[in-house]
Amino acid sequence: MAGARVIPLHDPERDAARRARHVEVVPEPEQQQPETSDWERRLADLLSFARRRIAGDYQIDEFGFDRDLTENVLMPPLKPLYEKWFRVETIGLNNIPLAGGALIVANHSGTLPLDALMTSYGIAAEHPAHRSLRGLGADLVFRTPLLGAIARKGGQTLACNADAERLLSSGELVGVWPEGFKGVGKPFKDRYKLQRFGRGGFVSAALKTGVPIIPCSIVGAEEIYPMIGDIKALARLFGFPYFPVTPFFPLLGPLGAIPLPSKWYIEFGEPIQTDVFGENAADDPMLVFNLTDQVRETIQQTLYRLLTQRRNVFLG
Amino acid sequence: MTPKVVLVTGVSRFLGGHLAARFAANPDIERVLGVDTEPPPRDLLRRMGRAEFVRADIRNPLISKVISTANVDTVVHASVTANPAGPTGRTVMKEMNVIGTMQLLAACQKSPKVQKLVVKSTSAVYGSSSRDPAVFTEDMGPKDLPSSGYAKDAVEVEGYVRGFGRRRPDVNVTTLRFTNFIGPRIDTVLTRYFALPVVPTVLGYDARVQLLHSEDALAVLERATMHDLPGVFNVGGDGVLLLSQAIRRAGRLNLPVPSMAVPTVGGFFRSARLVDFSPDQMRFLNWGRVVDTTLLKKEFGFTPRWTTQQAFDDYVNGRGLKPLIDPETVEAAERGILDAAARFR
Repeated sequence: MAGARVIPLHDPERDAARRARHVEVVPEPEQQQPETSDWERRLADLLSFARRRIAGDYQIDEFGFDRDLTENVLMPPLKPLYEKWFRVETIGLNNIPLAGGALIVANHSGTLPLDALMTSYGIAAEHPAHRSLRGLGADLVFRTPLLGAIARKGGQTLACNADAERLLSSGELVGVWPEGFKGVGKPFKDRYKLQRFGRGGFVSAALKTGVPIIPCSIVGAEEIYPMIGDIKALARLFGFPYFPVTPFFPLLGPLGAIPLPSKWYIEFGEPIQTDVFGENAADDPMLVFNLTDQVRETIQQTLYRLLTQRRNVFLG
Repeated sequence: MTPKVVLVTGVSRFLGGHLAARFAANPDIERVLGVDTEPPPRDLLRRMGRAEFVRADIRNPLISKVISTANVDTVVHASVTANPAGPTGRTVMKEMNVIGTMQLLAACQKSPKVQKLVVKSTSAVYGSSSRDPAVFTEDMGPKDLPSSGYAKDAVEVEGYVRGFGRRRPDVNVTTLRFTNFIGPRIDTVLTRYFALPVVPTVLGYDARVQLLHSEDALAVLERATMHDLPGVFNVGGDGVLLLSQAIRRAGRLNLPVPSMAVPTVGGFFRSARLVDFSPDQMRFLNWGRVVDTTLLKKEFGFTPRWTTQQAFDDYVNGRGLKPLIDPETVEAAERGILDAAARFR
């Protein structure tokens, strides 16, 4: 380093130029009509979003959650599906805390995990704090090209205790579907029968971090793709956990991928407090099993109750 | 304990050389010895000032003589590297990394004067896969042991360092697991990668990348040498960049390559002497890696000055990387469209 060159922080010429530009820009909206129309505002939002994306000017968290992309690109297409197609009704949103860590445990069904997407959308759109649900997904999701990258950007992460505890202790709202593929890929005749709830890893994560567990029961997702068969050979060929056969798939090809428009109910139950069990509660396997069973029973009973109240699969 | 005689390995490279220069500038340290197989570049040598350069191969038992005759009390092992030198470099690199470390540790064990060992390791020891948790803490291990390349070297090096720590419990051993370095001055596989006009990535994957500014890396190594801070620490900047985001911030174009074609493309870049990617680095570009730095901040007492994003921006500005699409053009286009829209109202 030879003699250091002095670079003025405030270059008088550039400052003047900037001020001039400022003067130019600021009065413009005033000269125009005072209120900009709705589509114009939307266009401005879209353009500024595009500019941020081109410049890479956005923040992601350590799990890869890209809030900017999620709110502007990933969530909007779910809106018609949520409001018009499935006509989702959420019950008990007030059981989800406005802030702080909480673990939502839900039943899983529907051949494709649309129930997870609808739950995320419902909380983001209708909860007063518009919280982002951070889902825990199977490693198959993250191994799959494109899907894995999008899932991470949408706030999902791998279902493992390390990630769950990290999210919960940093005050995030975490969603878990403990039935996993056993739940999504179960035959239609087993609908609304909860499968085994994993090994209770989610309960020990909640116990360790002392966050409440919120049981969530989803009715309607079982009927979107009624799975009447499973081609094991094809599943093995593609490395899927199952290869579904529905009344319309693969018979109608891509048309068979259109979900049936069932009417959905998503009910969030009373939170189960986990901070009352003391320090080393997570190391007590019996407590973990009991809590797992309690959560499972609550969801199962709520499912039965919602089903008896439902008159018609499609009309609700 | 302030060290009296410090021996730094790998001084002809950026990190070792600048570290030796920092020690040479510290009047508390009596003597600084820099070891490498080849002399440092002229400008680095000038910076190193009073530090003495010893041209020696740490794979050779000669290193033992250097350590004992100079009464070295602190050894900074900064030569474990991910950057192979030249086309046949990978075998040499492995030998330097693994055999070199073994020899160096053997020499340290023999010399009763050695009180402290600082090892530059890498977060690559955690591996990189879809089954890994999003953030690694120091107590985690890799899901699949890295089977080749730098990561495997680093795992083996750390194994030998642990062995050394068991045999010489009186020596303070600090192992620093660094994330990838970036900065305007340092030259690594990654800095060359982002400087490519069209940056190839793996189609359908977007790695989470955590970076560390090279100045922070130097500061951490210096702190580990000047203070007694035994243990294993992750070292990385705060925050994360997605690979695609980093490429956009550098103003480069992203070229997604289907995973099947990755070896071919990698081979092309290697033969064109642009970037030499090993398979484990390719895996890193698939999945990325983020480490938890709580221990670094709480126990080690160091908070990196640059976040990942700031460090990357510093690299982009320092290298004078010109974006292919000028941000001002984009802004002008945005304003133009909005003006046009206003006229339609």
